Amino acid sequence: MDGIHDLGGMQGFGAVDHSPAEPVFHREWEARARALMEVVLGAVQPNGGEFRHAIERMAPGHYLTSSYYEHWLTAAATLAVEHGLLTREDLEARAGGLFPLSGPVLAPPVTDPGGDLGEPRFGVGDRVRVREWHPPGHTRCPRYIRGKTGVVVRLDGSYSLPDVEAHSGGERHEPTYSVRFDAAELWSDGQHGVCVHVDLWDSYLEQA
Amino acid sequence: MSEGAHHPAMSPVEERVAALEALLTERGLIPEGFIEQTIHRYESEIGPMNGAKVVARAWADPRYKQRLLADGTAAIAELGFRGAEGHHMVVVENTPTVHNVVVCTLCSCYPWPTLGLPPAWYKDAPYRARMVREPRVLLAEMGCELPSDTEIRVWDSSAEVRYLVLPQRPAGTEEMTEADLAALVTRDSMIGVARL
Repeated sequence: MDGIHDLGGMQGFGAVDHSPAEPVFHREWEARARALMEVVLGAVQPNGGEFRHAIERMAPGHYLTSSYYEHWLTAAATLAVEHGLLTREDLEARAGGLFPLSGPVLAPPVTDPGGDLGEPRFGVGDRVRVREWHPPGHTRCPRYIRGKTGVVVRLDGSYSLPDVEAHSGGERHEPTYSVRFDAAELWSDGQHGVCVHVDLWDSYLEQA
Repeated sequence: MSEGAHHPAMSPVEERVAALEALLTERGLIPEGFIEQTIHRYESEIGPMNGAKVVARAWADPRYKQRLLADGTAAIAELGFRGAEGHHMVVVENTPTVHNVVVCTLCSCYPWPTLGLPPAWYKDAPYRARMVREPRVLLAEMGCELPSDTEIRVWDSSAEVRYLVLPQRPAGTEEMTEADLAALVTRDSMIGVARL
């Protein structure tokens, strides 16, 4: 989905709040939320990619104004409700207030994952173009490279396609590639000596 | 805790975490000690001290470095570091003319066995939005000023591979032991937002 999580290249965010020495957890609740996420995932056994997609479905305003541990908390609670482990009413009654959850899945279930794609279609050095499309479900193809042309620099073997597994009980395995894009291809501001590599599944790509 | 109890000292997000924990506990889903063990694992067992050992070994042993760059996963496993978010490691080497930096624009992908859990800034919007768009500017803002002719390679970890940057060995460290070398290696240098 073209969600708020897909941040690559967006402008206006300002400085990175960076500290070289940062604790693993800033607050006790972050650590507990991290552990509770594992409890929920163990109990509901989501499909691959389903947890990430639950984060992606957060309301954009909530996403941008909450820390990553709150994202994990929200996604864990969302999956607990969607899988029938808890209800929103349980959560809000116990929290003594609102318990914002992620929005609904927009994509239809994938009923036929299709067969695995065995042989890579592309090799190192091949020029490829990223499909220009806007899938409503989970995908690992960032928006900022869609329609852009790059060069394959590495083959990484076959993995389950997130777009299928997040919306299906099944899987389709496809080759993955690391693709290099020159900054001049991605942005119009013509930076010198900069390239961005993005790791992509086969079906995100077409021959350039 | 009574149903709907409100704790004035707790922030809304703390109330939500406590609510989820209480409900999962009532359903018998949290094994005794699980939360404490999980926290301990992330705070003490994994972290950048592991990646620092990998980097120091690569500096000290050219043949190890060769293996590390050829098959990161296997070479890192030689030092005992493996597991979730570290099954498919690629190590990218900084040189006098090339600087590498890692980001995850879509979420927070990060090599846990070698670097631990990611710092907050790595997961926040400004870093994820800007590192692919204006890396030279952002690196300089973060204190990593690069010569204008240094090539910058950004790696957006959008699939299964997780990246570790192999920083350049600082000058004047030829006589140092591997342990001393490891002590020089920072988390930031292995993400690529700092040089040593």
